[in-house]
Amino acid sequence: MRLNLVLLLLLLGLSVISLRFGEAPLSLSEVVGGLLGTGSETHQLIVQQIRLPRVLLAWLIGLSLGASGAALQGLLRNPLAEPGLLGISSSAGLGAVLALYFGVTAFSLWALPAVAMLFALLATLLLYALTQAGANNLTLILAGVALSSLAGALTSLALNLAPNPADVQDIVLWLLGSISDRSFEEVRLCLPFVLAGLALLLLCAPALDVLALGEAEASSLGIDLARLRGLIIAGSALSVGATVAVSGAIGFVGLVVPHLLRPFVAYRPGRLLLSSALGGAVLVLAADIALRLIGTPRELMLGVVTALVGAPFFLGLVLRSRRDML
Amino acid sequence: MSLLTVSGLEVRLAGKIRVRDLSFAVGEGEFFGLIGPNGAGKSTLVRAIAQLLPYRGQIRLDDQDLSRLPAQARARQLAYLSQGDAVQWPISVQDLVALGRHPYRGSWWRGGGGARADDLAAIDDALRATDIEHLRQRKATELSGGERARARLARVLAVQAPLILADEPVAALDPRHQIQVMTLLREHCRRGGSLILVLHDLTLASRFCDRLLMLQCGEPVALGTPGEVLTGENLRRVYGIRAVTGTHDLQDYVLPWDCEPGESDSSP
Repeated sequence: MRLNLVLLLLLLGLSVISLRFGEAPLSLSEVVGGLLGTGSETHQLIVQQIRLPRVLLAWLIGLSLGASGAALQGLLRNPLAEPGLLGISSSAGLGAVLALYFGVTAFSLWALPAVAMLFALLATLLLYALTQAGANNLTLILAGVALSSLAGALTSLALNLAPNPADVQDIVLWLLGSISDRSFEEVRLCLPFVLAGLALLLLCAPALDVLALGEAEASSLGIDLARLRGLIIAGSALSVGATVAVSGAIGFVGLVVPHLLRPFVAYRPGRLLLSSALGGAVLVLAADIALRLIGTPRELMLGVVTALVGAPFFLGLVLRSRRDML
Repeated sequence: MSLLTVSGLEVRLAGKIRVRDLSFAVGEGEFFGLIGPNGAGKSTLVRAIAQLLPYRGQIRLDDQDLSRLPAQARARQLAYLSQGDAVQWPISVQDLVALGRHPYRGSWWRGGGGARADDLAAIDDALRATDIEHLRQRKATELSGGERARARLARVLAVQAPLILADEPVAALDPRHQIQVMTLLREHCRRGGSLILVLHDLTLASRFCDRLLMLQCGEPVALGTPGEVLTGENLRRVYGIRAVTGTHDLQDYVLPWDCEPGESDSSP
C-alpha cells in the first residue's frame, strides 16, 4: 500500500513537471492557472490542449503496459512475458496500420482502436494456445519473436504497397511510438478501453497469487482457470490494443516495470498488478519528460527511448534466467 | 463411516481410457495409499477426485456429489498436493502457506481481503506441524528439497480440509524427511482427517497406510490392508518383482528385493 502511495505521488509530481516543460516553459502558478482556466488564454491553450493530453496518454499507456505485463507474467508464470516481446503490441500495430491502409477509419473513428484490439486479442489467444500445448519459456518467447516478425513483415508489406510516400512516412513515424502532438480526441478514443481492460486485469489479483502454486493446485483451491485466462487475455488486448492504436507500439515497459517492483511487493503476482500499473505510468511519463529535456535536434520518439533502455535490460534478464536454469 | 465414495469411475485422457470401472471408499481418519507401476493411473485417479479431470461415474464426499459442489465449497473439503515442485515466484514461506486459506476468502466487496484470526491460526498450526516456523520469512524458491516439500505440505494442511490428496509427496526426499512427512500425514489422520496418497515406496506403504489400492493399467488389482495387498503373488503379477517381508516392532514391512526371473520388463 505504501509503495502504491509513493508511486502515485511520483506520478503526480512528474505530471506537473511534464505540464511545465516544453517549447515554452511555464511556472507552477502558470500551469495551475492554465489548468483551472484562471490564467492567460495562451497558458490555458498550452496546458489544456497540448500538454495535458500528452500527460494523460502517458498515464494510460503506462497503466496498460505495466498492468498487462504483470498479469501476463503471472498467468504464463514466466518473468519474460510482456505485450511488446510477445508480439501483442506489434499485432495491434499491424491491425491499426491495416485499418488506416484500407481506410476503415472513414466509417468510424472507433474502427482504428477496434481493429487494433482485435489483432491484439488474436495474438494473445495464439500465444495462450501455445502455452497450453505445453510450450516452455523458450518456445513462448520464440513464438513471440516470430509473431512480432510476422506482424512487422505484414506491416512492411502494407507500407511497401502504399501508393502515397507521404502516408508511408507518417505511418512509419507513428509506428515508432510517440505521444507528442496528440489531442483529447486520442485520449477519449482509448480511455474507455484502457479503463475497462485495467478493471478486468485488477480483478485477477487474488487468483494470480494462488496461481504461483501451478494450475492444478490453484484449481483445487477454487480458482476458475478458464475465467482467469479470459479476463487477462481480454484485459490485455483491450488496454494494449487501444493504446497502441493512438500511440504506436511502446516496448519493454511491461517487462521492466514488473521486474523492478516485484521485490517491493514480496514477489506476490497479485499485489504486483496495481503497483506495476502505476509504475508503468511513472516510467512512460519519465521517459517522455526525459526525451524532451535531452533536447536532440529532432524530438526522439518515445518508443525509441523505451527500447533503448529496455532491450539491454531484457538481455540482462535473459542471461540471468539462463544462469538460474543451469 | 466413509468420507469419500468412488463408484463406477472411468477417466479418459486424450481418447485413451486411463482408469476404468473403479469403485472404492475411504473412511474418516483413514490413511489410504494408491500404489501401482508407472502409468497405472494413480495420478490420474487423484486428479479426477480433485475434480481436475473430467470423468464418468460418481465421486461423493460426505454424501455430496463432488462434481456439483461449488468450487469454493469443494476447495474447503478437499486439499490437493500435486507431484513435483511448482512454486513459481520467490514468495515467502508464510505467504505460500497462506495461499491455502484462499477458499475461505470473502469477496472483496464484502471486505474479505485481509487475513482473519482463524486464517492466521491455521497458518501457524500448519507451520508448526511441519516444523518450519523458523523458515517463515525465507523465499520458497530458495529452500532445500526437504524444506520445500514441508512448506508445500504446510500449504495443504492450512486448508484444514477433511480430505487430503497427495501425489507422491515423499518421492524426492531423503529417508529422514520421508519418514518425517509420512509421520506428519499420519498425524493428520489421527486427528480424524482422511488422506489419499500416491506412492511408489512399497516399504513406506506397508508401514504407514491403513489400506492400499493397487492399480494396474487403470484397473484395480487389489484393495485391502497392506498385508492383503502386498502379497508375493500381487507383487510378482503387477510389478514383476520379489520382495522380502518381515516384522519389526509388531509391524509388518515389505522390502522389494529382486526382479522376477523372465519378467524383468513386464510392466507396460
